[in-house]
Amino acid sequence: MTSVPDTPEPGFRLSQLIYDTRYRSLTIQVVVLFLVMAGAAWLVDNTIRNLNVLGKDFNFGFLGNRSGYDIAQHLIPYSNDSTHARAMLVGLLNTLWISFVGCITATVIGVFVGVMRLSPNWLVSRLMTAYVEVFRNIPLLLWILVAIALLTEVMPAPNAYRINPTTGEAQTSMILFDSVALTNRYTAIPSMEFLRSLGVVNTPFAPISLDVVAVLVLFAVSIWANRRFVGWANAVQAATGVRPTTWWKSLLILFAPVIVLLIALGFRLHEPTLQGFNFTGGTNVSNAFVALWAGLSLYTGAFIAEIVRAGILAVSKGQTEAAAALGMRSGRIMRLVILPQALRVIVPPLISQFLNLTKNSSLAIAVGYMDLRGTLGGITLNQTGRELECILLMMLIYLSISLVISGAMNLFNRKVRLKER
Amino acid sequence: MIGKPSPTAPFVRKHMLPAEVPPARASGAPKWLRENLFSSWANTALTLFGLFILYLLVSHFAPWFLHGVWQADSLAQCRQIIAERWGEGASGACWAVIRARWTQFLFGFYPSQLYWRPVLAFVLMFVAIAPVLFTQLPRKMLWFTLAYPLVAIWLLWGGSIWPVAMIAVGFALGALAYRLLALRSSLLASLAAIAVPLLFWSFLTGPIDSVLTSVVPLAIQPVPSREFGGFLLAIVLGLGGIAMSLPLGIVLALGRQSDMFLIKTFSVMFIEFIRGVPLIALLFVASLLLNYFLPPGTNFDIILRVMILVTLFSAAYIAEVIRGGLAALPRGQYEAADALGLDYWKAQRLIILPQALKISIPGIVSTFIGMFKDTTLVTFVGLFEPLKSIPDTIRADFAWKGVYWEPFVFVGAIFFLFNFGMSRYSMYLERKLKRDYR
Repeated sequence: MTSVPDTPEPGFRLSQLIYDTRYRSLTIQVVVLFLVMAGAAWLVDNTIRNLNVLGKDFNFGFLGNRSGYDIAQHLIPYSNDSTHARAMLVGLLNTLWISFVGCITATVIGVFVGVMRLSPNWLVSRLMTAYVEVFRNIPLLLWILVAIALLTEVMPAPNAYRINPTTGEAQTSMILFDSVALTNRYTAIPSMEFLRSLGVVNTPFAPISLDVVAVLVLFAVSIWANRRFVGWANAVQAATGVRPTTWWKSLLILFAPVIVLLIALGFRLHEPTLQGFNFTGGTNVSNAFVALWAGLSLYTGAFIAEIVRAGILAVSKGQTEAAAALGMRSGRIMRLVILPQALRVIVPPLISQFLNLTKNSSLAIAVGYMDLRGTLGGITLNQTGRELECILLMMLIYLSISLVISGAMNLFNRKVRLKER
Repeated sequence: MIGKPSPTAPFVRKHMLPAEVPPARASGAPKWLRENLFSSWANTALTLFGLFILYLLVSHFAPWFLHGVWQADSLAQCRQIIAERWGEGASGACWAVIRARWTQFLFGFYPSQLYWRPVLAFVLMFVAIAPVLFTQLPRKMLWFTLAYPLVAIWLLWGGSIWPVAMIAVGFALGALAYRLLALRSSLLASLAAIAVPLLFWSFLTGPIDSVLTSVVPLAIQPVPSREFGGFLLAIVLGLGGIAMSLPLGIVLALGRQSDMFLIKTFSVMFIEFIRGVPLIALLFVASLLLNYFLPPGTNFDIILRVMILVTLFSAAYIAEVIRGGLAALPRGQYEAADALGLDYWKAQRLIILPQALKISIPGIVSTFIGMFKDTTLVTFVGLFEPLKSIPDTIRADFAWKGVYWEPFVFVGAIFFLFNFGMSRYSMYLERKLKRDYR
């Protein structure tokens, strides 16, 4: 740390390697490198010898073999004739999917609860505090198990929704305007349907629906157009001091083209109906997915609520007062003064919560949702008996997901960071 | 404004009126209600919404709790009693299962005649922690704190006392070697402090142990690891993990802050690797892969294997917490330590770490809470933790088949009490230790 102004003596003695601050750090680093290499070599050597004893080798060829097992939820085409590599990919996509929807709902819950906890309303803020404390202090596994037990033990069987011909009433009725049916085997939700579809392009990876692509592209274009429009409004405001009314034009630019396209494509939601013993017509989401989703969202939501609350409290009251003194209305104070500063505090811990949620999605093991751990680290591992390859590969994939998410979020973080000199 | 009344004033009050009682709606309960619950339309709507939620919760759960049955031999009997007492179709909790099996929730399959050992270890734990938490206690008690891990290991796993004693002797020899050589050369002393115990354990422990065991066979009944379970297992894993991961975490945090490129790189790689991988993957490493990485023929206890991985896992998180504490220290503290001429380790030990660790206390406690919650994941490598494995075992008994909610409520409540208590205590500690730098 410190460099003492030694008068360098002529010649070099071996003890200088330890006692001379110029060489000491080099010596330590060489020793550490040597130790780490020796440790790694020891581990690798042990592994090779153990593999020899067991008569196993180390290769990933098994990934090309037929998997021979089915996966209930697959976002890309998959059958038991597909390879283990394909099964791994299906599992990876399932992990990413549950993490994605989980992050969105957890953020919504977290922001809502975090803001409500700061509400002047005594009752609501106490309720929210209770929610946060209860969910934060009890293991996530319990919430997932409670959710799956609720779904499988309390919910009725699909045929409870059947209308009794004599009474004309069903034992149970569907919720949300007769569109969602919770049963003890799955949750039936409406599916999307395009009556005048553009068709589907089959790629070797997965079939891609042109309708969805068209909607997404159009929406991206709308967002771009809206940004141009807001930019124009800003320019006008800067030049004349009067801001043109933008809010309804913005909404129009953002949503009108997409709505028109959806109508043109004949978009509608196809509601599930009970046929025979099961619901058909909609999408049947497995209870494993719903339970995992609910557990992850509610648990992580409690943590995010605390982050949001801390972020808002971190903005000093003087900022609000100063903005009010400038004559701003409360909505604008929130949008222009508080949020940009709170976001700076909120985003870094929020990223780590997203990462936690992604890693916690491996608790899918508790409900049998086939995520990466269920496929590659579960059935594939058990069938092929290649623990070493499967688990190393699985850890590598999780590590890559984490690094990519934290990298992307750090970029965003850099954008919202306070610009200091 | 006391003076001569103006001649134009028709009336001037000569004495003060007593203060009026405030209006009924501006004081007491009505005022509080108006300000906190019904200050505006939006607020009133929120209150009604909150009351609705509260009503839903209470109307669903209160009967279930209130109709609870404590005395029954099976779930069917519970249901029968509830139906008799509260009418057909009434819901009610069957707490009888907790009453019948609470020892299993606490101790797993630990032999019931030996329950006093984990209980004693648990009580002694507080004795060991006390001098750390309360500085007014005699400092001599810290010796017990140092010895406690070995005492706890012996009490929990049982067996002969000599192997445990040999470990302690090894540490003592190391300390002795350091004392003797510290005056000559600190480097030599540090090397000796590591080498002497290692040599002692690898060459001398075996013979001495066998001699002592044959002369003085001082042993209590051994308990194998697979009989551990319930909260005993959760506490052993959580506490053992955190105790071992603190020193490792400090070293990693210092490594990450180091100026030396290689040391920094290795620390960062380790920390980021561990933090990027879910705990379940690491637990699978413990149960499936650890045997590959160790010399052929090594096969040791599953609890120890899990503990090693849990330690590595929490060490990475602790390292990040402590790194935050190190970074939060004002630069002047480092410079002042340098100016006093302290070397690196002295500066860390006397100036930097005491302050950095103090700042990190809330983070360390929340890491510990997280880890205590994560110990439930060991169910997936076949250990009997209290949340999933023990209720599954209980449900496997025909009498309690289908009992879901009562174990959840019981185990959840215990976790809540532990974790909520710890987080409140850390907040108190934070306030107590707070020194503002002005």
